[in-house]
Amino acid sequence: MKIYSYFPGCTLKDKARELERQARLCAEKLGFSLREIPNWQCCGAVYPMAEDEIAPKLSAVRALQYAREQGQDLVTVCAACHHVIKRVNDDMAVGGDVAMRANRYLGLQPPYQGQTRVLHYLEVLRDEVGFDTLRQKVVHPLSGRQIGAYYGCMLLRPSSVLRFDDPESPTILEDFLTALGAEPVLYPMRNECCGGYRTVTDPQGAARAAARVTGNAAACGAQELMTACPLCRYNLEKSGTPGMKVTYFTELLAQALGVEEEPQ
Amino acid sequence: MKKTEKEQAAWLIAVSGANPGACMRCGRCTAACPVAGEMDIKPHHFASFLLHGQAGALLQSQSIWVCLSCMACSERCPRGVDPARLMEAVRQGAVRPRGETHLSPDDVPALLQEDMPQQALAAAFRKYRK
Repeated sequence: MKIYSYFPGCTLKDKARELERQARLCAEKLGFSLREIPNWQCCGAVYPMAEDEIAPKLSAVRALQYAREQGQDLVTVCAACHHVIKRVNDDMAVGGDVAMRANRYLGLQPPYQGQTRVLHYLEVLRDEVGFDTLRQKVVHPLSGRQIGAYYGCMLLRPSSVLRFDDPESPTILEDFLTALGAEPVLYPMRNECCGGYRTVTDPQGAARAAARVTGNAAACGAQELMTACPLCRYNLEKSGTPGMKVTYFTELLAQALGVEEEPQ
Repeated sequence: MKKTEKEQAAWLIAVSGANPGACMRCGRCTAACPVAGEMDIKPHHFASFLLHGQAGALLQSQSIWVCLSCMACSERCPRGVDPARLMEAVRQGAVRPRGETHLSPDDVPALLQEDMPQQALAAAFRKYRK
């Protein structure tokens, strides 16, 4: 059984507990294991883009270094943690000022230079387990369910660093839904922003962004939406088309794999 | 010593790590931006304002609080300018001076929703406060 270093992140320990619980249950069923990194710290939820930001990147570097010491890949389930840690890992691999200062501050010897492979849980399913294998393990296919996959921003952009999928025509979530027996519904705004953190200071502004996304999905025939990000789910459910259910990908996975018979 | 507006603009460019000089004003960033309609200064103007040393107008603009950091602008820029980083640098320039903040912890109880994910607050504090 392959073991991954696992970075849960703040939200998966509170408002999105089911995301973690389902991810762990399904991992067991699929033959891999998530081992939580001890003493992990919040990733910060957004990647610090300014060139002179070092301290806000250190929690990611610590987690990456821990995984490297274990000789394991680092897996996240939250789209935001994945985004931040993968981008910080790229900073460390590129080896500029940030990498030098972070290594010096943390006293890493030999220095950390981006050796750890960072994977989102969905990448584990696609690239390590394989969607064909996943399909064979489905016991309750999600037949007849017309589900719009919502990518949002953080899984895809910037594509040069995240290398998750094609940033304009991604397929991983649709392929995932197909493997589970559902009918993915394509809609143009699946990679547009949900309104993000703006919901804290300007909920109406965020709501307009969310409503555009769900309205577009509904117009294209989606009966429900799937996401990998707690903030996307919050925004889309709170401000989107009334009655449009938004679920985590792990919830659908748990249903299809039969590890969770009754919705919780 | 307080920076002149021109020095401030040069500092913002340096901190951004972006490349405003490569901008050819095609406007694709603004076309890609889901909230450009709500912005007083559009994404494609950020590069030219900074190159012309006009930091003050950017630091006062509402655009930096409207921006969602969704990175659609940077993904679609044909010249690799990375406008999202310009926006971020100006936002940083606005919140870093002592006493300046767009979100205070004292504001949070009134803004907090019962089911709001922790991630929203973590992100908002990274963006709106230093």
